Amino acid sequence: MAIVETGPMPAAAEEAAARKPARSTWTRLKPTVLALIVPLLLLAFWQVATTQQWTRLIPTPYAVAECMVDFAVGGIFDDAYSGTLLSHLLASMSRVYGGFALAAMFALPIGLMIGRMPWARMLLDPFLQVMRPIPVTAWLPLSMILFGLGAKSAFALVCLGAFYPILLNTVFGVRAVDPKLFEAAAMLGCRGNAQFYKVVLPAAVPSIFTGLRLGLGLAWFVIVVGEMTGVPQGLGAVIMDGRTLSRTELVICGMIVIGLAGYLSDRVVVATGNRLLRWSPNHHG
Amino acid sequence: MAESAIPIVEIKSVSKIFQLQDQKIHALSDANLSIHKGEFICLIGASGCGKSTLLRIIAGFEQPSAGEALMWGRPIVGPDPTRGMVFQDYALFPWLNVRANIGFGPAARGLGGAEVRDIVDKFIELVGLGKFANAYPHQLSGGMKQRVAIARVLANDAELVLMDEPFGALDAMTRERLQDELLEIWQRTKLTVVFVTHSVEEAIFLANRVVVMTPGPGRIESDNALDLPRPRDVASPEFNAIRRVLAAKLHSHHAKKAA
Repeated sequence: MAIVETGPMPAAAEEAAARKPARSTWTRLKPTVLALIVPLLLLAFWQVATTQQWTRLIPTPYAVAECMVDFAVGGIFDDAYSGTLLSHLLASMSRVYGGFALAAMFALPIGLMIGRMPWARMLLDPFLQVMRPIPVTAWLPLSMILFGLGAKSAFALVCLGAFYPILLNTVFGVRAVDPKLFEAAAMLGCRGNAQFYKVVLPAAVPSIFTGLRLGLGLAWFVIVVGEMTGVPQGLGAVIMDGRTLSRTELVICGMIVIGLAGYLSDRVVVATGNRLLRWSPNHHG
Repeated sequence: MAESAIPIVEIKSVSKIFQLQDQKIHALSDANLSIHKGEFICLIGASGCGKSTLLRIIAGFEQPSAGEALMWGRPIVGPDPTRGMVFQDYALFPWLNVRANIGFGPAARGLGGAEVRDIVDKFIELVGLGKFANAYPHQLSGGMKQRVAIARVLANDAELVLMDEPFGALDAMTRERLQDELLEIWQRTKLTVVFVTHSVEEAIFLANRVVVMTPGPGRIESDNALDLPRPRDVASPEFNAIRRVLAAKLHSHHAKKAA
């Protein structure tokens, strides 16, 4: 039997190399371009719908943009909301991150305990599972009774909203550790409590991270509900006030700011995660 | 290889019964085995013959239901760094890079940073992964992962290396290379190896003792010393003659059942 050797084809390779730079520019821009298509179409539709007066309930994009500029830096309408964006945003952020941090402070240790200790699971799991289906909005009246009308109530609701995703993902992460890794650690001389720090915690980090990300997302979600309860400052309050004052453009401005703030905060978490979890093949958001 | 009279590990009439709901599974029945320093023993048999159970008892992951498993005359009560295990699916720590995986054992023993670094450098070189020292397991091929798993056991000064079908998940070419490398390391470092496989060829290529096991209940059928000169040629007539004999022993329980 003869074996015929064929060499590589240099012409094709060179051609591919020559084509590369042009393609890489497009590869770099493609995600941005694709991501912008839907928002731009929506904006165009909004523009047409309002200028053609298909509806009078929604202000034009221009009116919203004008309101946004006034909301951010002032100088156009000079009313109670001019140039107040930053103070409202900071108020909301302090509740979002404060409530989130408090939730994480409780959810992480409880999750680690439920995941690792059978007695903790038997003690806490049934109770927490019954409490879990109660939506955060259902807690609103009780929270108003307990904490009164104000920032404390918003804080408590955010904390409650962020608690469960962190807890459940921590429990899952701890329980899903590959049993082989315990055997590997044991035969390498790492036993008992040392395994918790050297095996369980690092193995659970991706899951815990997912929980923190979902929790922070939910915190931004809940903040509007939390700030409906007679809070003077905060983006949720701005949206509710805008509705009462029939200033729809202000409502939309508040929504956009919440969307952007939530998005940016998520990107920071994801970027941190990608750095921290370089080792994990399925953890790149 | 009977240079030292006292065996490292002695398995004395060991049986293992697993309770699965209402069913009792007789995984291992009355097994006897002595492992001496410097030996390369292959445990071979069909699935269900108890070869992995025997290996896990030696490792200390399982306790015998009856009989004794001794190391240097003392009962094996749990996993221990003196008996290192190489798993078929590697079981590397995915959050640690190659260096840290190899250094895991030395660090767990409480050695200082500089000492761990020296050990890691030595064994990374031994398994030829110098270029991948900072790679994470998911970036490595199966063969490289298994090299890391071997290095991490050697770095921990294991007296006995237990290997549970370590090359079973690798492609044929990688498997052959790793077999060669393992033999070279074994000869160079005077290791003692117990190697589980279901390939007769792999067993004859590697071992100087082949322990044939048969299922239902799992038991040791025969213990065969091999004195083929190394390096062994898998295509030689001598190799094939041994292969025929062992294959017959491997299937002996079928004949018995038929009779």
